Amino acid sequence: MLPEIGNLALAFALGMAVIQFIVPLVGLANNQWRLVLLAKPAAIAQFSFTTLSFVCLALSFYWNDFSVAYVANHSNRELPVIYRLGATWGGHEGSLLLWVFLLAAWTFAVTSLSKSLPAMTRSTVLAVLGGVSVGFLSFILFTSNPFDRLLPIYPLEGSDLNPLLQDPGMVFHPPLLYMGYVGFSVAFAFAIAALIEGRVDSLWARWVRPWTQAAWMFLTLGIAAGSWWAYYELGWGGWWFWDPVENASFMPWLIGTALLHSLAATEKRGVFKAWTTLLAISAFSFSLLGTFLVRSGVLTSVHAFANDPVRGTYILIFLLVIVGSSLALFAARGSKVSVTGWFNFLSREFLFLINNLILAVVTITVLLGTLYPIITELMSIEDMSVGEPYFDTVFTILMTPLIFLIGIGPIINWRSHKMSDLIKRTRWAFAASIILAFLQAFMAQDRSLVDQFQIFIGIFLVFWVIILNFSDWWKRSYRGKSLTGLFRRVSLSSMAMYTAHIGLAIVTIGVVLSSNLSIEKNVRFGVGDSHDVAGYEFRFDKMSEVSGPNYDALRGYFTVSQNGNDIAVLHPEKRQYRASGQQMTEAGIDSTLTRDLYVALGDQLPHSDDWAVRVYVKPYIYCLWLGSILMALGGLLAMMDKRYRKKNRIIKEDADE
Amino acid sequence: MNKQLLWLPFAAFIILGLILYSGIGKDPTKLDSRLIGKAIPAFSKSLLLSDQTITEKDIKGPALINVFASWCPACYSEHPYLMELSAKEKVVIYGLNYKDDKQDALKFIDRLGNPYNMIIFDNNGRLGIDLGVYGAPETFVVDKSNTIVYRHVGEVNERVWTNIILPKMLGTEGQ
Repeated sequence: MLPEIGNLALAFALGMAVIQFIVPLVGLANNQWRLVLLAKPAAIAQFSFTTLSFVCLALSFYWNDFSVAYVANHSNRELPVIYRLGATWGGHEGSLLLWVFLLAAWTFAVTSLSKSLPAMTRSTVLAVLGGVSVGFLSFILFTSNPFDRLLPIYPLEGSDLNPLLQDPGMVFHPPLLYMGYVGFSVAFAFAIAALIEGRVDSLWARWVRPWTQAAWMFLTLGIAAGSWWAYYELGWGGWWFWDPVENASFMPWLIGTALLHSLAATEKRGVFKAWTTLLAISAFSFSLLGTFLVRSGVLTSVHAFANDPVRGTYILIFLLVIVGSSLALFAARGSKVSVTGWFNFLSREFLFLINNLILAVVTITVLLGTLYPIITELMSIEDMSVGEPYFDTVFTILMTPLIFLIGIGPIINWRSHKMSDLIKRTRWAFAASIILAFLQAFMAQDRSLVDQFQIFIGIFLVFWVIILNFSDWWKRSYRGKSLTGLFRRVSLSSMAMYTAHIGLAIVTIGVVLSSNLSIEKNVRFGVGDSHDVAGYEFRFDKMSEVSGPNYDALRGYFTVSQNGNDIAVLHPEKRQYRASGQQMTEAGIDSTLTRDLYVALGDQLPHSDDWAVRVYVKPYIYCLWLGSILMALGGLLAMMDKRYRKKNRIIKEDADE
Repeated sequence: MNKQLLWLPFAAFIILGLILYSGIGKDPTKLDSRLIGKAIPAFSKSLLLSDQTITEKDIKGPALINVFASWCPACYSEHPYLMELSAKEKVVIYGLNYKDDKQDALKFIDRLGNPYNMIIFDNNGRLGIDLGVYGAPETFVVDKSNTIVYRHVGEVNERVWTNIILPKMLGTEGQ
């Protein structure tokens, strides 16, 4: 019964989405205001039905209804409740339902938080969002229905969720990531509405900014959570693999970051208007492209869902319709919104331009690298993919100047800035960063010259950004008075900027030091053995059998000591899941700010009680997640700024931001 | 601003769309074309359920060679359909137990049933490499002269069987 209700709700949601999409646009074309105003109730109804449908699927998991094919394929009675709920989005069909559910939720948020918008703009925005919903809802209903039943004969037991996904990471990572992906649809809809109305101004930018910041915040957290999950769950010690699906989530993030900055320029100075709308369209287009890549089977990846040409064709057509028509609209109407403002060579506008240019080039580079296998095949060169070396090299070269600019960005004024003043304000930070970077590189003397050089550049950038951002913050707020001024005397937007920039610098510490200074060893361990890795003494105390709720495991006990003091106990496991019989390696990790100790069990060596064990010592890798959280916090602070909630009037600008 | 320039993103997107379209339906892990139309590579392996040896000469086409393993989750969902194929459609299926632990593989067959005529135990994955296997499940279609005519990557289900594999099998019987 429940799955039928869910299915029916989904069909009703589609009906509502069609109304939400078509009726307001018809009304706008014929000046029928009653029709235009229908957008809001239709959006609310669509949200209610989608929610009902999502709840039905989650409950089917909760009640172990294995007559539903999707539940039978992704769950099991022994699966702990939290993973059963997580399994709702553990496969292709359910994750799509999560996608439309979140899309409806963002739409609902627009209806309730847009009272200050002109009714016409609001209805257009809702109509565009409705159009996107129509595409996804019919995709689910016609090609990937999660409510399909296995009747009359259904299994008594489900075939279990992939053990890789049985992890808290699975519960948080997809919803956060999708909140980000889908969130860009709001900026997208605003851009389309602006192009239709032929008007992009400060007010428009101010409406769009908090929505973009919110989506960007979720996407940042989602990517970080995914990276963290890969790090401790896959047992390879890596945290980023340039896998097509990782790239698919990274591209919207890069474009979203560019959009955040160009929106700021559009709001404050009225420049880059056409470019900003193009970025708003692109950010969401890249989210859709990501969906296509994951589900069409055109690329191989550890994440890919299904190798199904029917679904692939559907999403491609959908992509062509949505993105193609948006870009055509942009081409036809873009000149209406474009203006020429003036700014000097050394000005904040110019820095934003460089920032946007670099981020766009990085995105295109990642895109080309990701699609390389398809392109080579098309040109019938041998089937191959470009790997990590390509991405690492290009990415490092492009990001270095970008991070350098983050240091001076907050200092430079809008319109124009004197070079002599810039030098005066940055020379001490420059000298200090050089010295600190030199010291750090000097400490890594045992490394190759290339490594030392990379460390030098990386650490220089880190201190450059942190010192300049923090000193600027200090200078503007503290003024020799109380420390609380740091938080009271600057606007939330400025604080958000400093926080996010410092967060990025901290991520850079993690990237540079963990990739250049990590120690990795494969060691043969017998019970009672000790091995020294990078000054840490790893002792294998014992091995015991443990049982989890749905798996049996061998658990190793390792004690780590340094200079004779025990500092950590690690419990790596080798799990066998009962339902599927699959084996999983669970790494044992001890984290502090300055280093991670990481132990993963390999295989038991033949004819002995010894084990092959991978031991890693990874300095500063914790900074990756810490920095990402700071960046997301930046997004949160930015969208909480009071001026976004003021009524529909232009507020006197604070020229400093 | 030059108005033509505004069409640039649209044009770039259309090119991207064409590239993506060319990728659809093609299998990114498709078999090297040199193996299609060739005989099964020579091998000598032991059987999973007994200690007898099996070689390429023991394979009698037309048949399917299904690559499976107990560590592969999709194999669990594929298995019931293979049971159905061998029982109802009388399809000859050879199993290729790929890079598996013998006890785990036996447990797998014990629990889910045995749709296979014979199961080749490829513990070191050597035969899999010769066949160009990337993972499990994969299924090879072999005609009656023991020539490989098709390779399917991923699960075999009813849709794959009727739309893809059966036509290939019928094609071989016509020869």
